[in-house]
Amino acid sequence: MDMPRPDDGLIARRDRIVARLRAVLPADAVIDAPVETRAYECDGFTAYRCPPLAVVLPRSTGEVAAALRVCHEEGVPVVPRGAGTSLSGGALPTADSVVLGVARMNAVLEMDTADRFIRVQTGRTNLSVSTAVEDAGFFYAPDPSSQLACAIAGNIAMNSGGAHCLKYGVTTNNLLGLTMVLMDGTVVVLGGAHLDAPGIDLLGVVCGSEGQLGVVTEAVLRILPRPEGARPVLIAFATAQAAGACVADIIRAGVLPVAIEFMDRPCIRACEAHAKAGYPDCEALLIVEVEGAEAEIAHQLGLIAAIARRHAPLEIRESRSAEESARIWLGRKSAFGAMGRINDYICLDGTIPVSELPGVLAAVGELSARFGLEVANVFHAGDGNMHPLILFDANAPGELARAEALGAEILKLCVAAGGCLTGEHGVGVEKRDLMGVQFTPEDLEAQMRVKDAFDPNWLLNPAKVFPLHLSAGRRAA
Amino acid sequence: MIRPASEAEVAEAVRAARGPLAVQGGGTRGPAGAGTPLSTSALSGVVLHEPAALTLVVRAGTPVAEVERLLAAEGQRLPFEPMDHRPLLGTAGTPTIGGVAAANVSGPRRIQAGAARDAMLGVRFVDGSGTVVANGGRVMKNVTGYDLVKLLAGSRGGLGILTEIALKVLPVPEAAATLCLPGLEPARAVAAMAAALGTPWEVTAAAHDPGPSPRTWLRIEGFAQSVAYRAGRLAAALAPFGVAEVETNAASVTAQWQAIRDVTCLAGRAGDVWRVSVRPSEAAGLLARARAQAALMDWGGGLVWLLSPAGEDMRSRLGCFDGHATLVRAAPATHARLGTLHPAPPPVAALAAALRARFDPRGILGGGWA
Ligand SMILES: Cc1cc2nc3c(=O)[nH]c(=O)nc-3n(C[C@H](O)[C@H](O)[C@H](O)COP(=O)(O)OP(=O)(O)OC[C@H]3O[C@@H](n4cnc5c(N)ncnc54)[C@H](O)[C@@H]3O)c2cc1C
Repeated sequence: MDMPRPDDGLIARRDRIVARLRAVLPADAVIDAPVETRAYECDGFTAYRCPPLAVVLPRSTGEVAAALRVCHEEGVPVVPRGAGTSLSGGALPTADSVVLGVARMNAVLEMDTADRFIRVQTGRTNLSVSTAVEDAGFFYAPDPSSQLACAIAGNIAMNSGGAHCLKYGVTTNNLLGLTMVLMDGTVVVLGGAHLDAPGIDLLGVVCGSEGQLGVVTEAVLRILPRPEGARPVLIAFATAQAAGACVADIIRAGVLPVAIEFMDRPCIRACEAHAKAGYPDCEALLIVEVEGAEAEIAHQLGLIAAIARRHAPLEIRESRSAEESARIWLGRKSAFGAMGRINDYICLDGTIPVSELPGVLAAVGELSARFGLEVANVFHAGDGNMHPLILFDANAPGELARAEALGAEILKLCVAAGGCLTGEHGVGVEKRDLMGVQFTPEDLEAQMRVKDAFDPNWLLNPAKVFPLHLSAGRRAA
Repeated sequence: MIRPASEAEVAEAVRAARGPLAVQGGGTRGPAGAGTPLSTSALSGVVLHEPAALTLVVRAGTPVAEVERLLAAEGQRLPFEPMDHRPLLGTAGTPTIGGVAAANVSGPRRIQAGAARDAMLGVRFVDGSGTVVANGGRVMKNVTGYDLVKLLAGSRGGLGILTEIALKVLPVPEAAATLCLPGLEPARAVAAMAAALGTPWEVTAAAHDPGPSPRTWLRIEGFAQSVAYRAGRLAAALAPFGVAEVETNAASVTAQWQAIRDVTCLAGRAGDVWRVSVRPSEAAGLLARARAQAALMDWGGGLVWLLSPAGEDMRSRLGCFDGHATLVRAAPATHARLGTLHPAPPPVAALAAALRARFDPRGILGGGWA
């Protein structure tokens, strides 16, 4: 993965740029000491690092606009940042860029349970949005596994998903409005406490634009009443094919579970070693969770068990108590941590049509053997969003490169199966150079035209999403 | 009338165009504006239907009725319950899925299952320079590149001509019920609907007719056992607002919501029709300011349909509110004078104009913006 060569002219003007930023922002909002900017050298995609020229941490939309105006006038690239948990390098700086972090902007601005929304500053963490409405009996539906740390800003930029999105949708389906600042300092308000845009749906394209169209400072989020209850069932299978077929049948039957999670044997074993959740040692297992009142849950779990029985399950373990539910989720929730203990890993997140699950899993197995690297699978099966974890040893020379090459092959497989490169983690720099696998140059040109309209000089997070050779002319302009 | 039979022919027609094209699907929303008419009706048919993946890919000119028939045969439906504009507009023609997508048409279930834009997984379209562009795909989760699907949904043909649309579909639930509360004033009705939508019983529609004998309706859908349970709990929770009658006859429930979806209460009546998207708690005040001849509230108050004397500037009556008002039915001169769409604030208008200039540099797709 390459990044553009930093502009030496900008680096030479560093002191002047920092001084101008200091002139418009409070003293503690501008950071340029190398020991401190080091904290912003990467995000959750830690394979690549680069400290920025400076970091600004504004506290209001007005301060964001002031900082952006300076950067715009100076021609400095700006990398927006929330909590820095991106897994695709979306918040990775370049040496000639200013990182603009919104972490200090974390206030709840308005909350209305009658109109069912909350308005927050985007530096607020995902979980604390739900916490803010909890006492009123509500929750914010999109719940990425990183929800304790990640910010609404990053959720909007990446259109993040979560375990519950099978039923409730991803960020874009739960975002009613936002306030953002364009690179030239213009403040734009889109949407609000009402539904749908009057004309072109700018809100829809800003969500998922990976920090390339504007800096989002406030968001109006839809909140939902909490369900009466929820309970999972764990179903063990002798083959991944059987598990995949069971998923398809559940979805067809009209049961709408909140989550259908899949784990394969390598993943189950690692989780057992780590979390000791008492999972059966089997080729594949599903965790299916449904919501409602007690009788409704029992009815749906009954239907699911009946469907599962058609696929020769090894075991059907229905939770009967909160304690049993917690045990069923324990292994799944510790999957990434467990993997991290035994190995370094790359986490992919390509999506495939649910019907292709068995075939793609078999093909991933073949690729894994060919590259000589183990792949563990744990993913949101209900919506086909795979998370193959490629295990490797970062200290063994050449293994990272081999793991990356295997990752690229798996993602190509996802696209060939009718799916896509990324279901929730975003393109960032990680999948940037694979975009040509999924899109024609014309498709990408159309997307870049959107950036042209919002950020004509290509100063906002310019080296992301689009292959560098395609964006070169625009970035230089 | 140009009637391309393939995506390549659409692209060719756009490249060959020397002036504006008036793109239409089924033509059910009246003339698409000035220019050479281009119909998508020959771009018809299903490309892929995978019931077990809840996905359907269709060509843009496919009639909505055909899509609904096909889905019904598999026990499925479009989640967003698109309205049929013909009764309200007094038009003929065959509504197409492309028209629904291009105008982001969503009915009563929008508050629970999302809008057309939320069910759209992917699009193919021809931009104003005649280039074919694909975006999104046919999977439920996809953040690869910018979401041009949302941008095209509701763009009314101003950015490109849709040729193919991938949709998320949903199973038709086993049962449905409607609760009806009589006699509520608009503000009380909105409060009742908010109370219902704030319960965990997943109300899938909430509407109010403020007419001479006011009625407030709430819909529950799901497994038969759930519907019975939830309707009972909801009726009890709404006791402060009156005694709710519960309708469980499937045909009656369907007919009732179809009438609300199609706003038939304003059909065939003289005057202009406005469609207002508003923050629900502002709906009652807005309705009072509107002094409309007739009205219907949907989306728990978040959508207000108004019938007003022809030519009247409803937006100036409504003043400032959280939302926007679209002129849906009026004489062409009224559309021209008042504008179909709510005027956007300058920075938003500038961005929309910049996008249109880039997707349609020759300005030949503007017809839908009349
Ligand atoms: C352990 C772990 C588990 C995870 N699980 C999930 C999961 O289940 N589902 C999922 O979807 N993701 C998951 N992620 C990925 C990540 O948490 C999400 O992408 C998250 O939304 C990033 O939020 P952030 O605030 O950390 O953003 P950052 O990492 O700071 O930034 C992400 C992107 O957003 C842009 N950005 C940040 N702030 C702004 C702003 N104010 N305006 C405009 N653009 C901005 C950045 O430029 C960057 O491109 C996981 C990550 C980890 C580490």
